[in-house]
Amino acid sequence: MFGYYLDLALRSLRRNKILTALMVLAIALGIGASMTTLTVLHVLSGDPLPGSSATLFYPQVDPRDMDGYEEGKRPPDQVTWTDGNNLLHAKRADRQALMTGGAVPVQPAQSNIDPFFSDARYTTADFFPMFKVPFLYGRPWTEAEDNGRARVVVISRKLNEKLFGGKDSTGQTLRMKDTAFQVIGVLDEWKPTPRFYDIYMQSYGSVEDVFVPLSSSRDAHLEHAGSTDCWGTGGGDGEHAETSPCTWLQFWVQLDGADKVAAYHDFLVHYSQEQKALGRFQRPVNVALPGLMQWMDINKVVPGDVRLQTWLALGFLLVCLVNTVGLMLAKFLRRAGELGVRRALGASRREVFTQLLVESGVIGLAGGLFGLLLAFVGLWLVRKQPSDYASLAHMSLGMLLVTFVLAVGATLLAGLLPAWRACQITPALQLKSQ
Amino acid sequence: MMHIKPILAALKRHKAGTILIALQIALTLAIVCNAIFIIHQRLERVQRPTGMVETDLMAIHSAFVGMGDNQGGPLIKADLQALRQLPGVQDAVSLNSYPLRGGGWSTGVRTDVDAKDSKAHTTQYFGDDHVLSTMAVRLVAGRNFRSDEVVEADPRSVPDPSMVIVSKALADKLYPDGSALGKPIYIGDTKKPTTIIGIVERLGVPWNAMWSDDFYENSLILPVQLTSPYTSYLIRAKPGQLAEVMKAAPAALVKVNRLRVIPSERGVRTFAQIRDDAYKGDRGMAILMSVVCLVLLGVTAAGIVGLTSFWVGQRRKQIGVRRALGATKRDILSYFLTENLLIGVAGVAIGALLAIGMNLWLVTQFEMARLSLVYVLVGVVALLLLGQGAVLAPALRASRVSPVEATRSV
Repeated sequence: MFGYYLDLALRSLRRNKILTALMVLAIALGIGASMTTLTVLHVLSGDPLPGSSATLFYPQVDPRDMDGYEEGKRPPDQVTWTDGNNLLHAKRADRQALMTGGAVPVQPAQSNIDPFFSDARYTTADFFPMFKVPFLYGRPWTEAEDNGRARVVVISRKLNEKLFGGKDSTGQTLRMKDTAFQVIGVLDEWKPTPRFYDIYMQSYGSVEDVFVPLSSSRDAHLEHAGSTDCWGTGGGDGEHAETSPCTWLQFWVQLDGADKVAAYHDFLVHYSQEQKALGRFQRPVNVALPGLMQWMDINKVVPGDVRLQTWLALGFLLVCLVNTVGLMLAKFLRRAGELGVRRALGASRREVFTQLLVESGVIGLAGGLFGLLLAFVGLWLVRKQPSDYASLAHMSLGMLLVTFVLAVGATLLAGLLPAWRACQITPALQLKSQ
Repeated sequence: MMHIKPILAALKRHKAGTILIALQIALTLAIVCNAIFIIHQRLERVQRPTGMVETDLMAIHSAFVGMGDNQGGPLIKADLQALRQLPGVQDAVSLNSYPLRGGGWSTGVRTDVDAKDSKAHTTQYFGDDHVLSTMAVRLVAGRNFRSDEVVEADPRSVPDPSMVIVSKALADKLYPDGSALGKPIYIGDTKKPTTIIGIVERLGVPWNAMWSDDFYENSLILPVQLTSPYTSYLIRAKPGQLAEVMKAAPAALVKVNRLRVIPSERGVRTFAQIRDDAYKGDRGMAILMSVVCLVLLGVTAAGIVGLTSFWVGQRRKQIGVRRALGATKRDILSYFLTENLLIGVAGVAIGALLAIGMNLWLVTQFEMARLSLVYVLVGVVALLLLGQGAVLAPALRASRVSPVEATRSV
């Protein structure tokens, strides 16, 4: 039966080519625009660490003075050196890391490579196991090396290729800002998207090329980059960042299990109370412990323009669908005579209804196919854009399926009303007027 | 207008189609109004002047390597000397940032030493007495710095300078009565006054993001040469010699000192490129919105043509009867035009409400301004005209139905 309906649908669609083309085109444009923007949105709002993001949390405390205090505001986005180290050394979480971003001048040993600046991350040892960072060669540094202020460095695969030709460079020396560091590890390809751990750095760039223990970065006077937020008498002076009232570090913890999360929240409250008793904190206790995905959400990591475009495209699809409903209604009702004959010859309402739905499904499938093509063109255009996320805009298998389900589903939905209306035709009336 | 009653009676028999067209017009109006509003906002930003003369202007980013954070002073001096001596160069200056660069310094400014909250937010440009001539900004009051007034400073602890040149927008914000020249301002948290010695007509901030829009023209120029190893050179070429300077300037810098990094990407750019790079996102968004608007209007028009054609086909016999009973071609034509107008008016009425509602929602979700009603009005008129235009062809076809049609196939 389905084959027969399909045949009928194709015949009917061929009979009025312009109307068919108009419907397919409308669906295709709507689907193409929606899938392009949805794919970009999907890529950008994805989980940077599938499998472990649910156990990662971003503790926040409020160490500021009473100036500009407003009740109900979130604590600062970063922590001070003092708080970061207190929380780090308290070791109340399964894993914890204190970090900040920077830029270092790299002075290659080879004379044929000019010195250059690299993005760097100064962090403590747990960064690597906590974020499941893959290693190509060597190992991450240990807590002992953190405490010993060891001059060690972990470099990216890209930098390893540039400086050491991609060979195992562990044990080699890397000079940065006139200080010699020993390479102990080389990262494998690692690209968490978005780059979640520092919201003040480009959210969709590649990870840093150089990783240095936080303690050693302070010793070597490596430049800090990113946001520094000070209050009271604090200044942005990098040399005294340990003691000045400024937040400039990110602190992440791993907590395996809901009870541990609750316990850590309590710990943050106790810590704040303690600091308030000591006179360091002045505001009422204000702590937060958002999870990784929640933290991305709070900070609106996905660019506003991308979300705006997605809404625009969905609105566009809606208009295209309303348009298709109207056109299909006209088309089906125009065939009232033909449908009347079929009904009179014994086809039930249900059979006519199915036949018409098959026809709308065919339109949906054609629109979906063409829309997919448009989506590929759209994504290609997005990749030509200068934004930092441009290179990420690729269609995945999942999104491919979504495209078809959306196209066919939406068109079937659009076909429901016209098909139902067409079924209501009384065969006798139609036959009489012929 | 005497036809309205029978038209309404006829529309009642085509409820589904009528509602669909009205709905489509409403949705289209809502989306197009908001999209055009966004396009207009973006285009305004893209064309916004920086206050500088942007032709014959270029910038180089340079960072010296292998030295302390405050040892760039003499090297920058040597660089500037070399740049200013180049044959094609009119003037050059070393700055911490410049308009549309993307990164820079910002701070609050007070006019009352005891005030806790700042009166205005502003960006700070640090440079020597060549800033005004290189940027070619117009001084509307006061004077430029003298070379002996320029001090060198470590960027990590810049002393409060004794004098400053401000943009007119900032001067008016700080001293609304227009008396800013010679008056003191307090930059950041300081207690030490800085005197306004000059006012420039206009000077934009380094950012072009939505968040900086409310202080876009608030700028300070301070007579301070920073000694950081990172610096930006803004270079003005003699008229017509920009292309040569684009090649000669980086080469000259490398010749002065090889131990530096000029980024391969965005390290050397003409100001036209800088403006282009800065507003690429906004322009892309405007283009995308325009395309969506056009396609949307096209789809809506096609939908109206399709449904009206169907109605005309369905009513051939009735039209024939009316013609036979004495209705003129013009009557038939005006019947379909009025019918479409009625649906259109209902559609735009709902659409206007939808457009405003959609904008109110967008304002809560995105950094966006309130929609001005002018856009809605223009949209209403445009969609009604579009509807009338779309219905014209089917209506003309209807008017050509011959009265003989009434006698056929009865």
